[in-house]
Amino acid sequence: MSMHNDTLKQLSDKLANKDISSVELTQHCIDRVNRYDDKLNTFITLDEEFALAQAKAADARIAKGEANAMTGLPIAQKDIFCAKGMKTTCASKMLDNFIAPYDATLITQFNNAGCVLFGKTNMDEFAMGSSNENSFYGDCQNPWDLDCVPGGSSGGSASAVAARLVPASTGTDTGGSIRQPAAFCGITGLKPTYGRVSRYGMIAFASSLDQAGPMAQTAEDAAMMMNVMAGFDPKDSTSVNRPVEDFTAKLNHPLKGLTIGLPKEYFVEALNPEIARVLHEAAKVLESLGVTLKDMSLPHTDMGIPVYYVIGPAECSSNLSRFDGVRYGYRCENPVDLDDLYCRSRGEGFGPEVKRRIMMGTYALSSGFYDAYYTKAQKVRRMMKQDFVEAFKTVDYILCPSTPSTAFREGEKCDDPISMYLADVFTVAANMAGLPALSMPAGFVKGLPVGAQLIGNYFDEAGMLNVAHQYQQATDWHTKIPEMFL
Amino acid sequence: MSWEVVIGLEVHTQLNTRSKIFSGASTQFGAEPNTQACAVDLGLPGVLPVLNKEALNKAVLFGLAIGAHINKQSVFARKNYFYADLPKGYQISQHDLPIVGQGELVITLSDGVKKTVGITRAHLEEDAGKSVHEDLNGKTGVDLNRAGTPLLEIVSEPDMRSSEEAVAYAKSLHSLVRYIGICDGNMQEGSFRMDANVSVRRPGEPLGTRCEIKNLNSFRFLEQAIEYEVERQIELIEQGGEVRQETRLFNVEKGETRAMRSKEDAHDYRYFPDPDLVPVVIEDDYLAAMKAKLPELPEVKRDRYIKDYGLSEYDATLVTQDMGLVTYFEACVKSTQAAPKIVANWLLGELSGALNKAGFSFEQSPVSPEALAGLLDRITDNTISGKIAKQVFEAMWAGEGRADDIIEAQGLRQVTDTGAIEAMIDEVLAQSAAQVADYKAGKDKMMGYFVGQVMKLSQGKANPQAINAILKDKLK
Repeated sequence: MSMHNDTLKQLSDKLANKDISSVELTQHCIDRVNRYDDKLNTFITLDEEFALAQAKAADARIAKGEANAMTGLPIAQKDIFCAKGMKTTCASKMLDNFIAPYDATLITQFNNAGCVLFGKTNMDEFAMGSSNENSFYGDCQNPWDLDCVPGGSSGGSASAVAARLVPASTGTDTGGSIRQPAAFCGITGLKPTYGRVSRYGMIAFASSLDQAGPMAQTAEDAAMMMNVMAGFDPKDSTSVNRPVEDFTAKLNHPLKGLTIGLPKEYFVEALNPEIARVLHEAAKVLESLGVTLKDMSLPHTDMGIPVYYVIGPAECSSNLSRFDGVRYGYRCENPVDLDDLYCRSRGEGFGPEVKRRIMMGTYALSSGFYDAYYTKAQKVRRMMKQDFVEAFKTVDYILCPSTPSTAFREGEKCDDPISMYLADVFTVAANMAGLPALSMPAGFVKGLPVGAQLIGNYFDEAGMLNVAHQYQQATDWHTKIPEMFL
Repeated sequence: MSWEVVIGLEVHTQLNTRSKIFSGASTQFGAEPNTQACAVDLGLPGVLPVLNKEALNKAVLFGLAIGAHINKQSVFARKNYFYADLPKGYQISQHDLPIVGQGELVITLSDGVKKTVGITRAHLEEDAGKSVHEDLNGKTGVDLNRAGTPLLEIVSEPDMRSSEEAVAYAKSLHSLVRYIGICDGNMQEGSFRMDANVSVRRPGEPLGTRCEIKNLNSFRFLEQAIEYEVERQIELIEQGGEVRQETRLFNVEKGETRAMRSKEDAHDYRYFPDPDLVPVVIEDDYLAAMKAKLPELPEVKRDRYIKDYGLSEYDATLVTQDMGLVTYFEACVKSTQAAPKIVANWLLGELSGALNKAGFSFEQSPVSPEALAGLLDRITDNTISGKIAKQVFEAMWAGEGRADDIIEAQGLRQVTDTGAIEAMIDEVLAQSAAQVADYKAGKDKMMGYFVGQVMKLSQGKANPQAINAILKDKLK
């Protein structure tokens, strides 16, 4: 059987036509995980019985004619979303023993659609990292080259889809954690507008930046997932109360008349010239589809990383305070007093990158440093946002590389946090501004995938997915599967 | 040389909303530990706060009641510190932009002097849980039922100059929050907790170093703690020492304050705007609607009662201190011919006494305002005397019916027939030759004796004014 070569859309059609059953599809995915995942380590938890039970229920729903386009499709969930009765770890020793007592809104949405909760994927601990090397459950590998990282933090989700262990997955993106691994693994990943998808039940890293989104083979598949995920949630004060459109409805609009900007700050020396070449080819494809290309500028781009590494850690230093060994999660052995309980539980429960960010953030918020760091960072953040507001007066979308390089080798940047942080240099701006951005496969450099990033205006996910879908109709980069996993 | 005492108060009032400030869990007091703490209150991974609109309404109502500036945009901030009963490792509070800005409260001191106390700000925040040390074999337990209960922290200016002023301010505030219905005022259950900032200085000099006495839950403790602290600070300075800025606790048994932590040990709370909550924006329409909901405030009502009803300042203050009393008073005044002053006397006297004894509030009174009005009408039209009225009231309290029915059934109607009274007076005077002689010799006090004798003879039913008039005439 070759159903793993099918997209979500194709599988959806096959389920609807009863060519396949959800149980068959889910079992096929389980078989592939069992066959391949010791090479990739993409899953932290995979409850096969649970998945098959859900698949069976989905089949019953399909038989009764109560299905929608997503019913019966197995979706892997990043292990950052609380799923009731299931281990939810954020890839941290801190939560190795944590069984979530409630469902995240996003999990409820997928359950309600009749999707199969196909396991919880590996990630960087508490979503902090760009290589998936910060996981308590071990590194995760890139299916295009097992010696390379899949990117992070949603590395497991990206790798599992790229290797076709599962047709699609979810990720979360705080500074690039959907788009960077999507680019490294050659899949399509969308970070929606901040507030588009509920954050309730998604374990917070940096609350003002975190946003969940789909990771899939194609833009069309991502659009199908957005139809499940997007929408106002009264449990999340930052979710935006506006009607949700059908994200698949606009996919076949012609691109003629659209203007796409190429920001000069993204085509700089730090960018691998081969990637620049791939991006320019992608731009030409879009031009051939009727798009007008325009050179443009986002003047504060170079402030992105420094600002991100003040705001992100500041928020995380507070968000992660609840992991104190008192109510749930890891607790040290025989604490002598409350301070000892805190110090050792947190000292032993968190990994080094998480501790580094908690310390950076605590420092940035400290009395006497707050204005110099946090206040200033917020000011610059507003300036970066203003760059985009100006830009979208003259362009419809912005095209730029997702990452400065292709997937790097495991261990290459572990001892150099700054160079690791620079892996997000092209992705953080969209988080700062709260804008939607996606990464789509646009070619290969030395056998490794390259991602093209498309940034859109607020709540224009449907339009961006249309551009990506049209691009994917004209190219076949998104159909490539690493040989080892055919 | 004398010392000047400077006091500012921070008062935590628990807002009487049904559910918590950022979750749907109940706020009811006294439930089994941790049964009223939902996922949000427990600070589980992934949960998010959503502001309870009722808590906001109550804070705004308070702001309007003290004539404060209501900030059009206010922001929730995180106050970061670790403690076992603080589930998230931070408390959601307000820092730079509180909901209520500068306002003021007029207080009346025991000598009748009015004083205006400035209120710096009032902000919304969530309460923490409780650490429980009893019955756990030396271990500490955590009860998170209280976690997330809405609090309005009301911060005064350092405008008070004595413990008496501080207590008067605290009492006014306590009365106000109950009056406008935002807090039940239950001090035993911690619904109204006070922190006092106390310093001393020589008059005219800059402010002295202050100490903060935390968590005072009665007006008596507030007074005692301030008195002790003032004495301690003065003694310290006079002996050549220096007051250290610190947080102190009041020991109820010993009547002393003792140091809890010094300024150096103070937390760096690392306040920053809570990114999980959006700024609160107050629209003009909303503010107008809240203004319409605000009842007439005690001070205004008090002045109106003095002016319109002729109540004494003392009575007016007492009547307006409690919303239940006010409602009762106004209903009663509306249904009786009796002067409002008489109504006030009865409410503060007989009725209050009976209610207190029974442990009832005015809302729970077995004698309705209309029924009491019926009784007061009979005093006003001289059907019964005030003394008989008390007897009738007791019967009404016991559920024996309306005033008129009791008066008829027991034959308590007052004798106003001057002929009958004159006959009784003649009888008394005839039997009191010696007393009459004394009176005529200048002993005016004997008048009381004669009146008493006539009342006795009439079994209390003779009209005292009539007795007086006729007696005076006869003894000329």
